[in-house]
Amino acid sequence: MSTYRSTFVTQLAYTNEVRFSAKWPSSMISEAIPVLTCLVAWATIALGAGACLSKEPTAISNRDVDATSLPDSIEFNRDVRPILSDHCFYCHGPDPNHRQAELRLDDREASLQHEAFVPGNGAESALVHRVESTDTDLVMPPPSANKPLSPRQKEILRRWIDQGAQYQKHWAYVPVQPPTFVRPDNSQDTNRIDTNSIDVLVRKQLDKAGLNKAGLVPSPTADRRTLIRRLYSDLIGLPPTPEEVDTFVHDDAPDAYSALVERLLGDERYGERMAMHWLDVVRFADTIGYHSDNPRNIWPYRDYVIRSFNSNKSFDRFTIEQLAGDLEADAADHELGNQDALVGSAFNRLLLTTEEGGAQPKDYESRMLADRVRAVGSVWLGQTTGCAQCHDHKFDPFTMRDFYSLGAFFADIQEGIIAPREEGMAVMTDLQRERLQELDSAVATAKQKVQSLAPELDAAQKTWEKEISESGYVLPELARDANFADAKATDAQVKAAKGVVAALKAEKRSPQQSQEIQKYFRDRSASPYREERSALEVAEKARADFYRSLPKCIVTKSAKTKRVVRILPRGNWLDESGEVVKPALPSYLPQLEVNGRELNRLDLAQWIVSKDNPLTARVTMNRLWKQFFGIGLSKVLDDLGAQGELPVNPELLDFLAFEFMDKGWDIKHMVRLIVMSQTYRQVSTAAPELMQADPYNRQLARQTPFRIDAELVRDYSLAVSGLLVPRIGGPSAKPYQPDGYWENLNFPMRTYVHDEGDNQYRRGLYTWWQRTFLHPSMVAFDAPSREECCAERNRSNIPQQALVLLNDPTYVEAARALAVRAMREPSNLGPVSEIDGSDLAKDSHRMNWMMRQVLQRSPRDEETAKLVSLLRYHRSRYEQEPLAAKALLAVGLSSPPSDLDPSEVASWTHVARVLLSLHETITRN
Amino acid sequence: MDTTQLQLKNLLCRRRMLGKSTIGIAALSNLLHQGTARSAGLIPDGDLPSNSKVESRGVLHSLPFPQRAKRVIWLTMAGGPSHLELYDPKPKLTEMNGEPMPESFTRGQQLAQLQGEKLFCLGPVFPFAKYGSNGTEISSLLPNIGGVLDDICLVRSMTTDAINHDPAHMFMNTGSQIAGRPSMGAWVNYGLGSIAENLPGFVVLVSTGKGRSPQPIAARQWSSGFLPSRHQGVQLRGKGDAVLYLGNPPGISREQQGADVDAINALNRQQDAIMHDPEIATRIAQFELAFQMQSSVPELMDASDESQETLDLYGCQPGDGTFASNCILARRLAERGVRFIQLYHRDWDHHSLLREELPLRAKEVDQASAALIRDLKRRGMFEDTLIVWSGEFGRTPMSQQNKGPIGRDHHNKSMSMWLAGAGIRGGTVYGATDELGYAATEKISTVHDLHATMLHQLGIAHDAFRYKFQGLDFKLTGVEGANVLQEILA
Repeated sequence: MSTYRSTFVTQLAYTNEVRFSAKWPSSMISEAIPVLTCLVAWATIALGAGACLSKEPTAISNRDVDATSLPDSIEFNRDVRPILSDHCFYCHGPDPNHRQAELRLDDREASLQHEAFVPGNGAESALVHRVESTDTDLVMPPPSANKPLSPRQKEILRRWIDQGAQYQKHWAYVPVQPPTFVRPDNSQDTNRIDTNSIDVLVRKQLDKAGLNKAGLVPSPTADRRTLIRRLYSDLIGLPPTPEEVDTFVHDDAPDAYSALVERLLGDERYGERMAMHWLDVVRFADTIGYHSDNPRNIWPYRDYVIRSFNSNKSFDRFTIEQLAGDLEADAADHELGNQDALVGSAFNRLLLTTEEGGAQPKDYESRMLADRVRAVGSVWLGQTTGCAQCHDHKFDPFTMRDFYSLGAFFADIQEGIIAPREEGMAVMTDLQRERLQELDSAVATAKQKVQSLAPELDAAQKTWEKEISESGYVLPELARDANFADAKATDAQVKAAKGVVAALKAEKRSPQQSQEIQKYFRDRSASPYREERSALEVAEKARADFYRSLPKCIVTKSAKTKRVVRILPRGNWLDESGEVVKPALPSYLPQLEVNGRELNRLDLAQWIVSKDNPLTARVTMNRLWKQFFGIGLSKVLDDLGAQGELPVNPELLDFLAFEFMDKGWDIKHMVRLIVMSQTYRQVSTAAPELMQADPYNRQLARQTPFRIDAELVRDYSLAVSGLLVPRIGGPSAKPYQPDGYWENLNFPMRTYVHDEGDNQYRRGLYTWWQRTFLHPSMVAFDAPSREECCAERNRSNIPQQALVLLNDPTYVEAARALAVRAMREPSNLGPVSEIDGSDLAKDSHRMNWMMRQVLQRSPRDEETAKLVSLLRYHRSRYEQEPLAAKALLAVGLSSPPSDLDPSEVASWTHVARVLLSLHETITRN
Repeated sequence: MDTTQLQLKNLLCRRRMLGKSTIGIAALSNLLHQGTARSAGLIPDGDLPSNSKVESRGVLHSLPFPQRAKRVIWLTMAGGPSHLELYDPKPKLTEMNGEPMPESFTRGQQLAQLQGEKLFCLGPVFPFAKYGSNGTEISSLLPNIGGVLDDICLVRSMTTDAINHDPAHMFMNTGSQIAGRPSMGAWVNYGLGSIAENLPGFVVLVSTGKGRSPQPIAARQWSSGFLPSRHQGVQLRGKGDAVLYLGNPPGISREQQGADVDAINALNRQQDAIMHDPEIATRIAQFELAFQMQSSVPELMDASDESQETLDLYGCQPGDGTFASNCILARRLAERGVRFIQLYHRDWDHHSLLREELPLRAKEVDQASAALIRDLKRRGMFEDTLIVWSGEFGRTPMSQQNKGPIGRDHHNKSMSMWLAGAGIRGGTVYGATDELGYAATEKISTVHDLHATMLHQLGIAHDAFRYKFQGLDFKLTGVEGANVLQEILA
């Protein structure tokens, strides 16, 4: 190994600009899109450094930096801030407690006071001297930081100072400005590139970037089959049928594409598709997370999310309901309030909770506060707030005070910190609500009837008491005379009767004794009292049974007494010396005017979606962009702070953010705008020059292919096999799962029982989300545990995925169902019994049909040849071993058809599983 | 290295892997277009000179320290074994048995299930005995571990931040009490990769004591967190498929499975010729690997070729699901190049029934823990295998009597653990606790220190080993700082 390698690779190891591959599971690149933490500028830096690889590192000096690869005009946000933030702010940044030599470089005035640099004169600047020093005692960053600067980075700092050392406010904290480019007329033909603002801005950027790189030219529009498959995947998360593809392919109408988009945006499955990502972001799961990881009543929240996307609820409304749905006037009374908003407020309850014996309330109070602050940072603000639990943020102006003040917004949430799980609020349809009201009034009526008999009963009781005292208190249960004694009286009844006698005899009856006597008397009273009372019992039971059957959801309730929130020094909850704080918004962001009133969660929610908030719309649009292009405009989805990435196309992200807010936080409008763009419609294949110029497709001169998400892998197989049950919403589903997978759970021990019937064939997003042991097929395809908010999933390519596709009963059953479909299909050459195994034409025809179901295209000749030979191979085996065929067909709940030849079905099952396992099948391109 | 070179590297690796395949050639030549990659002298991992000092297939191609440990076997006693019975003799505690615990020790400190209770001292309930050439005292319940004490460095001054099982396990494995961080096995595989053919680089084995209701453990303890998913720990299970979904569906023979994989890959190859998507070649390789795992894992799990003498050494029957048979599997995994092997033995949470249950747990692990050391030694693997024996926290010197017969509560101010092999200084004791065993007082060590030390033995500088996530540089050893425990190193 040559020497350049050791230094260079060590540096890479922590800058993480590339990922090397490991032998297992993959010798190759495994994540489809390696995390590119570098900025665009950094990409160029890396290229520059790459070019230096052939030289010995000792020979590298600033003079060796290719001057032409440096921008003429240094921009602080694009070129300088990333360097300062990543290499200097840790000791010379916003955190005063960790600041060295009292120097902060995140502030120009402070830097000048400290004579860190002389604007206009790099050569005379201490900063340049220090970073270029060869003296290990002087050089900055110090070697112990393991963060050396590259020659190019040093040169950028020098040039920046030479050019005056101008600072810029961090891009994400600057208010979103109205677009200044000439906006196209959207009313015109949507198939032209000059009519969509996204295209205008992408082309503008491409033109700029293309000056330096050959091959950076837009790609052609994808073919219709690709387009419809892409739209189906991105908008509803399912494959189109071959017929839908054919219709679209042959649709000559000029608005064929936009009509398709509109149809899909109006499809109920759109809500399911959009919900998948949101549920990751907010960490929705069916269980509490810590220790026993027990179930909680929460699924109605998932359905709320689906409904919200389907009704295109404005994003500001959506946000307010989740953070503070309980505080809105119309929701203040849970019984009559806005049920939807209340279910939305379950967001505040999605965090991890514990039931562990010996857990300490103060400990978990602090964990839960931190959890919520991280969530708000991740979901809406794109700020890594978690750092400030123990210290002021090292890179962003977010302080410890900001952290705990933000946490104080949630101090009113009524909840046991270490307590039994709540049942939650009953979530009802209008019909159910009416029914419950009926049952309630039935109970009330019955009760009234019982009560109306009271005067009569009381009078009778008085008479009876008199008689009984005169007869010497002989109750039937106690009578000595066998003729009178109740022979059936149990010991308990005798004991009760004795109690009644004692009560009757008492000089002064206690209320309890009076009750005892009354109960004894009334229990033995004749009609109509008995009838009325049992009628009441029936009514009460009917009400209780019905209520029990209703879905429940834990929601937010605001307590009158708030928890006291203190700044915890170093995050230590045992240290109660810190200052008590009230709810307050992060000090570095625009504030809310409330005339001195104490802020509450509703204020927080409204502030988050106020148009003055520079972060929310940018964060949301950046995340949305990823859904349609595989990567955000700013790569780090949950950090728009200093350590995040300057968007590759800041003008585009700001346009999207502005448009989003300007059009009333309309999600569907933004989705439409994106998918209608020509940028979106490009092919995802890349010419070699383009691949070379922009391997990660940051400049959007093409589309990006990517493996579909875990839930969709399941959905696709179920859909094409015909097994999918398309019902929307309801309790989470339990698909087949290997025995014993939950063996390490306890309190209580649990056995996973998969669903029978319909619920077995639900879409992936309904899968029971057990945080500590998520369903292994989901894990294999990178579904997150949802213990923490997850803005971005890994996208790996690992052998477990092959094992799932090949061996998970879900996929085996789906393959069989698809095989049966293929054999049953009338167009596939008549009755199955007539099928002659040697009939190549028939086999090919069926093969063609099957592939059209899975991939919506016909097989190529070499594909057919391969599959036919595979089919024959399996046929020969199953003809010899019919029991093996039967064993294969018995996989899964659905019954194998009795009228089909088992070995033929089994053989076709193999063809089907090959198709379901193809890379193309699980890839959206 | 730029992205183009990365892709080239991947293609090269892929080609090597696929052998005869010609896929990717077009893309390869495209990437070679400018010649930078060629001139950069890019060397795929597998082509490193055989005398290369560093055995790494991960991101770390050059290690600042000698790689004393090529692999780790971590024996985790889940539940929190009592250091006061097992490793840390406290005569003073015996003297004060039954007396109130001096408040000077406990005031303002975290308590778990003893919150609000009166606190009384509980002297060690089992005798200690002297072992090793230095006559170090450890429990008479651990005679076999005592027998190899000269190979072990006993750390008596370990501490942890967490006092409940779930967060404590999280902290011990990931260096954080916040979920979603990678576990150490994932970090190590990310950094060094694995040399195991057809096996995961991070393997987890779980056994449960034949006791009561053991504390749960969570899959997050072997999660890859934000690191690439391929580094996640894979649990090898005693029952059912050893790896989830490893077995063929009923009615499908290995040959048939092979035919299907072959067809899948053939069609994927045809697709790649059209799409030139590097992910397709990876997909092909993953199917091949999965298919190979379907035979390599059962072969690994089948310990029937172990000699009777070896079985006697460990004290088990092959595949009986005990800790001892998992120790044999651990050795087999180590032999096959698996980088990080973690064994869990559950049911050490002795709030009650300490007298009754602790000897049973000790018996379940004592012989096999020692056997693992002896076995690795005679196979010449002790020198480069780091063995760690620990729980997730210690236990209180105070008795717990509110859960039945006497026991001890969770405790985070002190715990004992040991390390062996791979350049660890054997026959030594590091650090000490106060006279009652309440808090570590000499050479106080943290979980971060433990991680830093383990990484150091693997050749890795903990403070330079980072991963950028959410814009931040994450380290296994956190932001608080950590020290390599130099004194425990030979």
